[in-house]
Amino acid sequence: MTDDRPRCIVIGIGNPDRGDDGVGRAVARSLQGRLPPKVAIVEQDGEATSLMACFDGVRTAYLIDACASAAARPGSVQRFDVSGTPLPQGAFTLSTHGLGLAEAIELARALGQLPPRCIVYAVEAGTVEPGAPLSPPVAAAVETVGARLCAEIERTVV
Amino acid sequence: MARKTIKVNYLARVEGEGAFKVVVRDGVVTSAELSIFEPPRFFEAFLRGRAFSEAPDITARICGICPVAYQMSAVHAMENALGVTVDGPLRALRRLLYCGEWIESHTLHVYMLHAPDFLGYEGAIDMARDHGDAVRRGLGLKKAGNDIVNFVGGREIHPINVRVGGFYRVPRRRELAPLAETLERAREAALETVRWVGGFEFPDRERDYTYVALRHPDEYPFNEGHIVSSRGLNITASDYDRHFEEIHVERSTALQSRMRDGGGSYLVGPLARYNLNFDRLSPSVQDAARAAGLGATCANPYQSIVVRAVEVLHACEEALRIIAAYEEPDSQAVPVEPRAGVGYGATEAPRGLLYHRYRLEADGTIAEARIVPPTSQNQASIEEDLASYVGGFLDLPDEALRNRCEQTVRNYDPCISCATHFLRLDMDRG
Repeated sequence: MTDDRPRCIVIGIGNPDRGDDGVGRAVARSLQGRLPPKVAIVEQDGEATSLMACFDGVRTAYLIDACASAAARPGSVQRFDVSGTPLPQGAFTLSTHGLGLAEAIELARALGQLPPRCIVYAVEAGTVEPGAPLSPPVAAAVETVGARLCAEIERTVV
Repeated sequence: MARKTIKVNYLARVEGEGAFKVVVRDGVVTSAELSIFEPPRFFEAFLRGRAFSEAPDITARICGICPVAYQMSAVHAMENALGVTVDGPLRALRRLLYCGEWIESHTLHVYMLHAPDFLGYEGAIDMARDHGDAVRRGLGLKKAGNDIVNFVGGREIHPINVRVGGFYRVPRRRELAPLAETLERAREAALETVRWVGGFEFPDRERDYTYVALRHPDEYPFNEGHIVSSRGLNITASDYDRHFEEIHVERSTALQSRMRDGGGSYLVGPLARYNLNFDRLSPSVQDAARAAGLGATCANPYQSIVVRAVEVLHACEEALRIIAAYEEPDSQAVPVEPRAGVGYGATEAPRGLLYHRYRLEADGTIAEARIVPPTSQNQASIEEDLASYVGGFLDLPDEALRNRCEQTVRNYDPCISCATHFLRLDMDRG
């Protein structure tokens, strides 16, 4: 059976109109043209069922989202391998609706739909004011995360 | 004195942030309060000074779950103010878009938020481990709704293709064929959903609600119709403010609606629509409802999950009918000229009646805006349900009692984000 679904996907998550909440999507945009052509790059607003639809047939998923752990400085980057264990509780509460990234991952895991390899890059948000641009430390993190993702994807996908 | 407080400080599985507190003294519920503490959002103030044409895109931002409803009430109110009527294929496309939102929103609530209450799970993730096939069916059904909104609205969330007078781009007839195929499968999934939820066990509780919904001469209501009630009210949207008022209660950042002249609380949403419009459902949908244990009326709010499933089935069928009859319109929108005036619009959001009123300056600038979302209208009814039903559940252990209270709130699929313009539970039983 031919299958043209992407085997590797990069998903930038967030709301570009809410300040640093848009960082995941900014990273996704910055990666256009920098990754092997068979790697799909998509932007999502973080709604769980739409996120899960992106996992269909995928072997490796990289998800980038803003987080608010309160313990870290804005712009600091954390990497979580959620292939076998859930995201830490409480850090991803920026979604305005009941089901967000952590729920999408766990629902996909319960249904056997989670990609075998699933990595989350989380950027600590500073401001999530409506209409605000990315704050300087978070804007600087866009390139940091982009470079780390390029290197990781090159090592694992090719 | 035996005193008990049931308190949920942060309600899960509702849209937005809120809490509730029920106080019981000597086996009697003495108070039940729903607090909404999501900050007020001042959308009505944002709208002042903007052009009439911007209202659909600005108000779509009020809610990520029901943006179509905000767009629809906005365009109808603007068209009312500007003396424009949109009919034919453009009207049909608006109804198709609304079908998508009902499927999306209701399916999310039925499967992800409400079903776990009936099957005894903490949430959808726990439920998915034992009921994987059902959850997969729900996700597929919801996606069909997303596909409609994406296709007609331009994108899944906060659609961008709606404008006063019509659309920015209308689909070609042949482009609708793949959507029809998706909807054929969705209709089967919707019918299966009605059967599934019809088999749940429901607490036997009823109240004499005043139902308020739109009623249309031929259609189960989406965009158009008189505002009617189960007590004989029959008005146009322009008379809404004469019969309904919003009052401020200290515990809530959302206003609460009442009927004027001592009419008290009322109920909008699936139960109200169903009770006032059962005869407008197709025979096949009526049959499915009866087979799932519903009559032509239903006064048990715990069965609202069945009514939502019935409405999803209706929306799938209606979408298929609209697509089958679709003729490409001559233009994407009817011309609209600004003028001074006041316009009123009321449409049926998934959670119930959504009322908009705008006053426009001669150049089309918005001078005044008023938006009454369904959850504001249902708040008083939610509190009365807690007050009158919880007394019958007091023999339950604390955790089960708290769950039952949360389930009672979730009967309304409250969208707190919209109403503030969520939820904690606080139960004091001594």
